[in-house]
Amino acid sequence: MRKLKLATVWLDGCSGCHMSLLDTDERIVTLLQHVDIVYSPLVDAKVFPDDVDIALIEGAVSTDEDVVKLKKVRSRTKILIALGDCAVTGNVPAMRNTCGAGPCLNRAYKELAELHPQIPSESLPRLLDKVIPIHETVAVDLHIPGCPPPADAIFHALYELVLRKQPDVKHLTRFGR
Amino acid sequence: MTRTITIDPITRIEGHARISLQLNESGMVEHAYFHTTQYRGFEKFCEGRPYYEMPALMARSCGICPVAHLIAGAKACDEILAVKIPYTAMVLRRLMNYAQIIQSHALCFFYLSSPDFIFGFDGDPATRNIAGLAAKNPELALDGIRLRQFGQQIIELLGGKRIHPAWIVAGGVSEPLTAAHREQIRSKLPEIKEIALRTLATFKPILNSFPAEIETFGNFPSLFMGLVDDKGQLEHYDGKLRVVDSIGNVITHGLASTQYAEIIAEAVEPWTFMKFPFYKPMGYPAGMYRVGPAARLNVVTRCGTPLADAELDEFRATCGAPALSAYHNHWARLIEILFCVERLERKLAEDQVLDKHVRAGAAPNSLEGIGVAEAPRGTIIHHYFVDDQGVMKGANMIIATGHNNLAMNRSILQVARSFVDGERLNEGMLNRVEAVIRAYDPCLSCSTHAAGKMPIRIDLLTHRRELLCSLVR
Ligand code: SF4
Repeated sequence: MRKLKLATVWLDGCSGCHMSLLDTDERIVTLLQHVDIVYSPLVDAKVFPDDVDIALIEGAVSTDEDVVKLKKVRSRTKILIALGDCAVTGNVPAMRNTCGAGPCLNRAYKELAELHPQIPSESLPRLLDKVIPIHETVAVDLHIPGCPPPADAIFHALYELVLRKQPDVKHLTRFGR
Repeated sequence: MTRTITIDPITRIEGHARISLQLNESGMVEHAYFHTTQYRGFEKFCEGRPYYEMPALMARSCGICPVAHLIAGAKACDEILAVKIPYTAMVLRRLMNYAQIIQSHALCFFYLSSPDFIFGFDGDPATRNIAGLAAKNPELALDGIRLRQFGQQIIELLGGKRIHPAWIVAGGVSEPLTAAHREQIRSKLPEIKEIALRTLATFKPILNSFPAEIETFGNFPSLFMGLVDDKGQLEHYDGKLRVVDSIGNVITHGLASTQYAEIIAEAVEPWTFMKFPFYKPMGYPAGMYRVGPAARLNVVTRCGTPLADAELDEFRATCGAPALSAYHNHWARLIEILFCVERLERKLAEDQVLDKHVRAGAAPNSLEGIGVAEAPRGTIIHHYFVDDQGVMKGANMIIATGHNNLAMNRSILQVARSFVDGERLNEGMLNRVEAVIRAYDPCLSCSTHAAGKMPIRIDLLTHRRELLCSLVR
C-alpha cells in the first residue's frame, strides 16, 4: 500500500496534543512505516505540500494568520482532523473571549511591563476578537476530543486510516481527558 | 542595497516564531530579530476564577513542561493558603519534576536537535528529523523514545495521566504513591541510567566535533541565573535564586525566590509577543542573563550526585566555567538527565515516600502568592493575587524562554553574521540560525503566556526594512 502523507499543524494550543502523538512511544516507529511526515513542527518543511492525505490540527483559531493557514491546509488535505479540545471546542484559548483581545494585551504588555510598555504589533499577526474552534472556519472530517486526547486514541485513528478504514475513537477518549 | 531574510516557520522548536535578518548595503547581516508570533492571555483570563484552579489551568500554557507550571502554580497557591505542605508531598512533586526534565530533555535532544549532529547542519532537510534518525540509527532513536517514555510513565504512575495531570494541587498532591508504583519505577532505573550514560558516551565526541558552531552559537558573555539549594547545589524544585556573571562571580547570592522582583523587570519591544526580562541592577539591555541547563550548571557549586558531578567536572574543563556558548546546553541536558535519574534513585529509597499524608488543608490566608521552580528550559515564576475569598484578581508569569529572550536575539545575530552571506544564501546557513534557537530549547508556547506554534520564517529585509524575500524551504 502507498505510504500516506501526514501533516501536523499547531495553531493556538499548548503543544500537549503534539506531545500525546509522541506518547505513542515505539508505535511511532510502526506508524512511520506507513506514513511520511511531510509537514510538522517535527520536520523542516517550510511550505505546506499540495497533496496531503491526513492533517492533524492542534489548537484553536486565534489570529488572522491562523485563518489563512487553516484554509490553505484544508484546500490541500483529504482528511482533516481536529486534534484535541482546543481544536474541537476552543477550550482554553477561547477563555480569552470572556475579556477580549484588547484587555488581555493591555494586561500583559502595558500593566505588567516596567520598561517600554506598549502592545507589540510590528510584523505580527492580528488577534481575532473571538477565538473559535476550527470547524467554524473549515470543514472537519474527524474530531478527536481530549485535553490532550490519549495517545491510544491518536494511534488508533491514524492506524485505522492507514488500513483505509473509518476510525471511531469514542471508546478511547472524551472531553477533558 | 540592504535586504532582509525571513525564516518562517522556524522548525523543530517548541513554539511559533520567525526570524528576520536585515542585511546592510554590502550584503552583510546588520540586525537580527526573533519574532514570537503568538499571544494567549493567561495572565488576564485567569481573573475571576478560584485560586485552586490555577495549577491545572496555567499548566495548559504548555504541554511540554506542564509539570513545571503545575509546580510553580501550586507553590504560589501554597503561599496563598500560607501552609507548609507535608514532607512527602514535597518529595512527590520533586519526583514528578525529575520525570518531566528527563522527558523534555529527551524530546529536545533526540527528537529535535540530534538530527543536526547526526546528519550535519548542512544535511538534507528532508531526512534531518526524527524519522530520518529512526531510519539511519534506530538504536539511538529508540534510546530517545525510551528515555522520554520513562519520564512520561512516571508522570502517569504518579498523576494518572501523562500530560496535564491534575495531581499537583494547592497544599500538596492529590494522591499518595503506592508501593507497587514505586517498585515499577525503581525496576526501570538501572536500564534508564545505562541509556543516559551510553548517550553521554556517544555524544560527547560528536558534540565537540562542531568547533565553528560552538564558537558562534550564542558564545558571548552574559549573566546566568538558576535555583540552588543551601549548599549551592543543583536544585529544580525549591531553593534560592543565584546569579553569576560572565566570569563566574556570584553577584546575587541566594535571594529568596519570592523576592524575584528585586532583581528582575520586564521590557516590551514592538516586534514580538515575547517580553524581555532583564537583571534590574544592570538595566536594559545590559542586564541580559540566561537560564536553562547550561546556566544551571554555571551557577551551581556542585550538582550533588556522584555521576553528575563527575560529568560536571569534565563539562567545566571542556566548556569553561561558566560555559558561555549556548551550544553547550545540549551536553548540559544529558548531564541533567543523569542527575535526575540519580535523584530518583535516592528519593524513591526513602521510606517516607509512601506516606499517605500528602496534602495540607486550609482556606486562603494570604492575598498574594509567588511560586518559583526550574522547568527543563529554566526558571519559571508564577505570581498570583487573590481577594479574601480566594478569587483571582491578577497574575504575572515570567517563563524560562522569556528570560533567554535578549540572549536568543543576540545569538541569532552572532550566528547570522558568521554564517549567512546575503549574496550566496544556502539552506545550511539558515538551518544554523534556527539551530541556535533550538539550543535554547525555547518553549514559545509558555513564553507568551502562552502560545505555541512551532513554525518560524526568515525574512530578508533591505536596510530600509523593505521585504526583499522570505526564505521558505
Ligand atoms: S487540547 Fe489541551 S493539550 Fe491539546 S492544545 Fe489544547 S490545552 Fe493543550
